[in-house]
Amino acid sequence: MSGPSDFQPSNPALQWLERRLPILGLMHSSFVVYPTPRNLNYWWTFGAILSFMLGMQILTGVILAMHYTPHADLAFKSVELIVRDVNYGWLLRNMHACGASMFFFAVYVHMLRGLYYGSYKEPREVLWILGVIIYLLMMATGFMGYVLPWGQMSFWGATVITNLFSAIPYVGESIVTLLWGGYSVGNPTLNRFFSLHYLLPFLIAGVVVLHVWALHVAGQNNPDGVEPKTEKDTVPFTPHATIKDMFGVACFMLLYAWFIFYMPNYLGDADNYIPANPGVTPPHIVPEWYYLPFYAILRSIPNKLAGVIAMFSAIIILCFLPWLDAAKTKSSKYRPLAKQFFWIFVAVCILLGYLGAQPPEGIYVIAGRVLTVCYFAYFLIVLPLLSRIETPRPVPNSISDAVLAKTGSRSTPMVSTAIVLALAGSLFAGSIDSAKASEGSDKPPGNKWSFSGPFGKYDRGALQRGLKVYKEVCANCHGLSYVAFRNLAEPGGPGYSVAQAAAFASDYKVKDGPNDAGDMFERPGRPADYFPSPFPNEQAARAANGGAAPPDLSLITKARSYGRGFPWFIFDFFTQYQEQGPDYVAAVLQGFDDHVPEGVTIPEGSYYNKYFPGHAIKMPKPLSDGQVTYDDGSPTTVAQYAKDVTTFLMWTAEPHMEARKRLGFQVFVFLIIFAFLMYFTKKKVWADSH
Amino acid sequence: MNPDASTIAAGAPIEVDLSPVAEGQDIKVFWRGKPIYISHRTKKQIDEARAVNVASLPDPQSDEARVKSGHEQWLVVIGICTHLGCIPIAHEGNYDGFFCPCHGSQYDSSGRIRQGPAPANLPVPPYTFVSDTKIQIG
Ligand code: FES
Repeated sequence: MSGPSDFQPSNPALQWLERRLPILGLMHSSFVVYPTPRNLNYWWTFGAILSFMLGMQILTGVILAMHYTPHADLAFKSVELIVRDVNYGWLLRNMHACGASMFFFAVYVHMLRGLYYGSYKEPREVLWILGVIIYLLMMATGFMGYVLPWGQMSFWGATVITNLFSAIPYVGESIVTLLWGGYSVGNPTLNRFFSLHYLLPFLIAGVVVLHVWALHVAGQNNPDGVEPKTEKDTVPFTPHATIKDMFGVACFMLLYAWFIFYMPNYLGDADNYIPANPGVTPPHIVPEWYYLPFYAILRSIPNKLAGVIAMFSAIIILCFLPWLDAAKTKSSKYRPLAKQFFWIFVAVCILLGYLGAQPPEGIYVIAGRVLTVCYFAYFLIVLPLLSRIETPRPVPNSISDAVLAKTGSRSTPMVSTAIVLALAGSLFAGSIDSAKASEGSDKPPGNKWSFSGPFGKYDRGALQRGLKVYKEVCANCHGLSYVAFRNLAEPGGPGYSVAQAAAFASDYKVKDGPNDAGDMFERPGRPADYFPSPFPNEQAARAANGGAAPPDLSLITKARSYGRGFPWFIFDFFTQYQEQGPDYVAAVLQGFDDHVPEGVTIPEGSYYNKYFPGHAIKMPKPLSDGQVTYDDGSPTTVAQYAKDVTTFLMWTAEPHMEARKRLGFQVFVFLIIFAFLMYFTKKKVWADSH
Repeated sequence: MNPDASTIAAGAPIEVDLSPVAEGQDIKVFWRGKPIYISHRTKKQIDEARAVNVASLPDPQSDEARVKSGHEQWLVVIGICTHLGCIPIAHEGNYDGFFCPCHGSQYDSSGRIRQGPAPANLPVPPYTFVSDTKIQIG
């Protein structure tokens, strides 16, 4: 993409093609001989990482779309079926869902890198603006994709976000109707979001081509911000940049695989494992983490229209960055003040993200307002001002000078980091205190689960006992509608044989029909049947249980959670702690108490439970000692029952967990070896360029 | 991309029987995919709604203008927060009315916005009393 190429393929067939369509020459000049600055650091590999992620998302997305049903009544179920029944469906889904987060993570690093090194400055303004357009398209795509599983967060996220447009004067309402295709978010909305979610990635790919084109016309920026002048300043793209990018991608894939195989639900919201219900708003609507800073800006402004405007301008302002920051020196490496402010800005964004996830009350609102002002001040006051008052340090003459100088001295500009840490620390400390005060001390106690950790497996005995408890106790009120009898004989499950599963199924009566006479009839269950629900529909369940329908238990251990709070959620990432759901379920089963503590009033028809949010639960104490007999000699206590049935329900929610962790280990071994190979190859290739 | 004919047809008026709703209770019905709250207000709630100084409200509207005269005890509102569309919870908040859990908007016993980011009162859907105990919405 940088002018005509003199590339001549040696193969006559390729020569023939080249004379008619010089595509090989284009590739050759863009990705092989293309001169890339010698001093690029690893932050520059994020371009390649992003291309990789885009390809990954499109590939997994296309396959997922083959199995997905975009209908309000079926979407949730079809996603569950993908995870349970499609070959490696769980892998595809995790790759796609975690992939979205990884994509955004990479794009944020990529954007901040551009910000730090001044990559938006002359002559790269158009390149930068194209980047902002890609980012906007990504946000739209990510949002619509999050709606497709049609869980509670999908539905209510869609409601909140589409309603943003109703703030526009005069035309707002009609725009919202157009987005919905009805009078509220519903099936037509889901259909059009699916269509657009499929379309937008290809638009992104198109803009990415423009982005790369613009990049190859203007040339890459580099950490020193001086343009290459001589041959000595650059190295050819292949093999130098190619191999370095491959090493970068390999390292990034390690992080990606950590999420896919070990923490697939870490970044998601438990509420999204509850099917969408237009009649109930979840108590706390949070968008995906990558929108949180903007959500915090939206909420910190107490006026609807102004809030929406602020939120959108927080993104649009990026387009004007090349003109807001008029400093001649590109790289913040040589701008002592800009560097400090850059890190403060990063801290502001992270804190805004943290606030976006907190309930909109008290100190959080005030902090949100302060940080919103800081966010805009960075662009509108700090950057324009700095370009006038700051005296940058001298910039090296050329890239090769910079590379030579680097091998000599190494300065340690740690002041800014200290400022940032102090600032972040104090704000976090403040917010934890208030969070502690408001939450009380009813966190479910942690348990030791056989299935936790990177090598966790289900305890077969516990699964079998848990199934018995479910069958004899829970099944009277709770369904298990995503689990089929055949699953009982599948590897990684309770370990029954196919014949045992069939015998188990035949104990059940299943409704079938209509037969030739047009009547419905009952027959014994077959392995392919699903556990029958105790009530014919939700209304019946509600009516029989004092107004609160007993939830289906198939996904309950993933659909319930409790806030871990700062700093636990950070440690959880490293310890792979994912058992909030099982801990909560086990705690609720054991949390009943006839003695209601003072200050808690329990309405008629409800029961006190220590761990249930609000403490008043409609379910009476389900388990008591000795209620279910065990033939393997395990203690018949409530604690044991709770533990067994929770293990069983964890399996119903994650039937392929053992396969997932096993494959994860293999992938990790492979990726680590691959990354090492890439690293040493890179060392070799770059040996005489440094 | 506007709503198709079947969606529009499904949005035809509906009739709701009010006789089972006791004083102080409310029911939620769905019309055009939107939840409609029908509250049977107590004397206290009506008095509270009428006692405020209308001019001091963020979206000034008198309680009389929001209910049908002769049926003051019935409040019929679309239960969609005018901020960003969550469903407010009835009988919560500081004003004996509705509280939106999403961003903390509070509405009074007449469904008028009193506190929080929502800009407007809960809208009153078009409805008429067919008889003393039956209304038609739409
Ligand atoms: S949607 Fe009700 S306060 Fe925001």
